[in-house]
Amino acid sequence: MELLVIGLNHNTAPIEIRECLAFPEDRLEEALSKVHALSSVKEDMIVSTCNRVEVYAAARETEKAIHDLKGFLCQYHGISLKEFEKSLYTHVGEEAVRHIFRVASSLDSMVLGEPQILGQIKDAYDVSQQANTSGLILHRLLHRAFHVAKRVRTETKIAISAVSVSSVAVELAEKIFGTLEKKTVLLIGAGEMCELAARHLVAGGVEKMLVTNRTYERAVSLAREFRGEAIPFEDMTQGLKKTDIVISATNSPQYLIGHDQITKVMKDRRQKPIFFIDIADPRDVEPKVGDMENVYLYNIDDLQKVANENIKDREKEAQKAETLVQDEVVKFVNWYRSLDVTPTIVALRKKFEEIRKRELEKTLSLHPNLSDKEKKSLEALTSAIINKILHTPITLLKQTNEEAMADLYLDALRVLFGLPEKSLETFLEKFEEKQEEEETNLEDAF
Amino acid sequence: MDVHFFEFASFLYLLGTLAYLAYVLFLKGVLSNIAAAVVSFGFASHTLAILTRYFEAGYTPVTNLYESLSFFAWMIIGLLLMANLKYKIKVLGSFLTPIALILMLFALALPKEIFPLAPVLKSFWHPFHVIFAFLGNAIFTLTFCLGVMYLIQEHQLKAKKMGAIAKRLPSLSVVDDLSYLSLKFGFPLLTLGIITGAVWAEYAWGRYWNWDPKETWSLITWLLYAALLHQRLTVGWRGRKAAIMAIVGFLAVLFTFLGVNLLLPGLHTYSKWQ
Repeated sequence: MELLVIGLNHNTAPIEIRECLAFPEDRLEEALSKVHALSSVKEDMIVSTCNRVEVYAAARETEKAIHDLKGFLCQYHGISLKEFEKSLYTHVGEEAVRHIFRVASSLDSMVLGEPQILGQIKDAYDVSQQANTSGLILHRLLHRAFHVAKRVRTETKIAISAVSVSSVAVELAEKIFGTLEKKTVLLIGAGEMCELAARHLVAGGVEKMLVTNRTYERAVSLAREFRGEAIPFEDMTQGLKKTDIVISATNSPQYLIGHDQITKVMKDRRQKPIFFIDIADPRDVEPKVGDMENVYLYNIDDLQKVANENIKDREKEAQKAETLVQDEVVKFVNWYRSLDVTPTIVALRKKFEEIRKRELEKTLSLHPNLSDKEKKSLEALTSAIINKILHTPITLLKQTNEEAMADLYLDALRVLFGLPEKSLETFLEKFEEKQEEEETNLEDAF
Repeated sequence: MDVHFFEFASFLYLLGTLAYLAYVLFLKGVLSNIAAAVVSFGFASHTLAILTRYFEAGYTPVTNLYESLSFFAWMIIGLLLMANLKYKIKVLGSFLTPIALILMLFALALPKEIFPLAPVLKSFWHPFHVIFAFLGNAIFTLTFCLGVMYLIQEHQLKAKKMGAIAKRLPSLSVVDDLSYLSLKFGFPLLTLGIITGAVWAEYAWGRYWNWDPKETWSLITWLLYAALLHQRLTVGWRGRKAAIMAIVGFLAVLFTFLGVNLLLPGLHTYSKWQ
């Protein structure tokens, strides 16, 4: 049994192809069941976001599963493999583990450290559980992935600073005003950027929103959207006196806010600080305004520059995160390898236990006069003997990291003790039948 | 006995300074917590040092330069611990603790013997004069640190750099508000210090005001802070101007406290080291 992932993301495929291969949310369960029906696949999960489409699987036969999954993608979406094969990546075993750990930790995201991906993976996992297509292996894999993501988030500074223009604006406003509560924002003009920045500020706790526009009706409608107050364009200067943060994004060909005007405004404000966010092109605020005391002026390029600096910081932190991911991959792979030896260990123990029970019964029937205490002693003695004998071989099996060696030992044990040729899969199936608690760890089983 | 407590306190302030610097470097909250704990223990030891000296000497130990420096540092750390309780400005300790440490190290180099009190200092008013003056000074030290923080942070924002430095400093408005608040407390205390000083002078020398260098310089200091307070209250001075003024004011405080003693002999010079 092998873990594998097959998929494409924003780096390998253009949006057109990603759109073609995306799985709509409401049909995800159905798609999962179709994958599950493939004979080569034992467990499966599909992650489909606007930046990536990935199928995770625990495969019975690796090569066949890869082939089948590619076939499934073609068939399901009705496109030929040729159209997207170049964009496709396939990771198997350890690489697949590393891949999902990196994805969950947002190390593989377009915006490094963005928080949404973790939620999206959790959703994908939930759906696979509802569809009953994820089992023990994906279960464990995903729980480890969530754990890694949490570690990356808390132990590195990957998500600490703002990397979008609007979140940088909020961060700056907080550096100037401390808190955004009880602060007033004046929106001049309209536009997507403008509204986005405003929305971020509102989310940051801004109390009051003033909106002005050359067309008063537009100001009114935008103000309604933000539950703010529209003011006529001529009264802008009045508005500036009551405002802490100004977002300006008009199409005006010349400066809308000049140095002399703000000098007067500042006097009326008793020098209360004011923060201009000028996202207009060409600019709305005369650059000299930014030289005034207690006036802070950032234009779109300034904001972008800060965002870029923060992105560089995140890249540095990402390096730390990669080391952390590597640690966790090793841990998972060790656990996964232990799965290979588990059925044999269980069979070996069972065999010894049977011998012990049988022989013990014989002895006890020969000596019916033994007291309970003596019986217990015999019980303990025999158990101790088999535990001591089994200790060394079992420890060795569990600790063998090299696959070839492990196989050698396993074969030898099967032959020497006449153990049944039990595959991992049948073992897991039995194990899962017994397993009621979702969270139970395989290691607890022995 | 008091000297041992004092030395131990200095040692802990040294550790605290190191921990606070490590905090600034690595930005790990746990480091600032450790630093605050170490400094608190240092403060306790320092308090014991002052108390034992008070009982051994039989007078409030603010009579020579060693005692004054110690008292000044004690007030600064006390203020820091109070500020830690009320505000979440962890970086404050990284500013105030080193200053207190420098005062402590300076004091360690000075003679520490307890002498009988000079007659002129045997006055009901003298301890009040010194305590008010140093409380004011300690608060102005805080104002000074906030001024420095403000200027650095403002420069970061104006230069459009939101990097490592900006992350470590609090927001401008928090710094400015606290600076204003500290001025509102510091100024009345300085005023009280000068008034009680004048009353004491009347008892000691028969005149309220003698225009000796210390008096002149404390008047200059008082005028500087009075001007700052006035501008803040009436014109709405804030931010940069207020920060610069707070720094200038603190330089005057330092000169009044140390410069005058070391450079300009006068009535306040009671021995070589005051």
